[in-house]
Amino acid sequence: MGCIEKLDYEVLIRHASFPEAAKYIRAHCAEAYEVRPGFKIFDKAMIGIPPVLIGIDADTLTFPFTKPCHGTFLLRVEDATEAARIRTKAKRVKP
Amino acid sequence: MNKPASPKPRTTLILLGCPQVPVQTSIALWLCAALNKQEIGCLVGGTPAARSLLEVADPDHHYLTDVGDLDTIIEEIADEKRDVDAVFVLIHNEAGVAYAATMAEISAGTTYALIFGDAAEERAQEMEGLGCRLITAKGSHNPLPLKRRVQEVLKSWDA
Repeated sequence: MGCIEKLDYEVLIRHASFPEAAKYIRAHCAEAYEVRPGFKIFDKAMIGIPPVLIGIDADTLTFPFTKPCHGTFLLRVEDATEAARIRTKAKRVKP
Repeated sequence: MNKPASPKPRTTLILLGCPQVPVQTSIALWLCAALNKQEIGCLVGGTPAARSLLEVADPDHHYLTDVGDLDTIIEEIADEKRDVDAVFVLIHNEAGVAYAATMAEISAGTTYALIFGDAAEERAQEMEGLGCRLITAKGSHNPLPLKRRVQEVLKSWDA
């Protein structure tokens, strides 16, 4: 799971700012978790402006993914194992 | 600069952003040379395109002594397998701000945000409060204003 580009993902927002991504997650995801940049998701350190939010709906994760030339994308990926890991490792901020 | 001078580092990392703005490649090579002269170790991390611009400009690696993949280096620092005393992050877009904020979080070294480009002031505002030392010079093509600002930092290490 080392390469997020290889996951079966859906792009929710292209060229998102971090406040915009956080606002979307708080508004649309059943659960929201707060992490610091460098937190691992799918075995990859998250790039971001703290605090970084990860949203979860059942087994589906919503999270920002940043590339140097393409900016930040808000992605949606279904993965029960990773959702369970985030629930145990990250700070829950919603509900 | 928004904090007192830091001690002279022994090891540094130059983190390249998107190479779309010409100032980046020029400043990165010059900074490699300046750090080498001070006998400070210098690793450069970037995307394949950003690295290629440097490697073509310095084919014999006179200045570019140590270079690696951006994602690999970040993973190694996040996993505490590697770290440096100072990180210079080159920033001209919003992604650059996020990379600098991440380095400030995961590296124990001092993070310098080298901000340039036409939206430098906006980027500098976004960097406020993220734990980086800001070095800002507006402009996309002329590297000299940013070079002068960075020189002030290098000189402060000798003071």
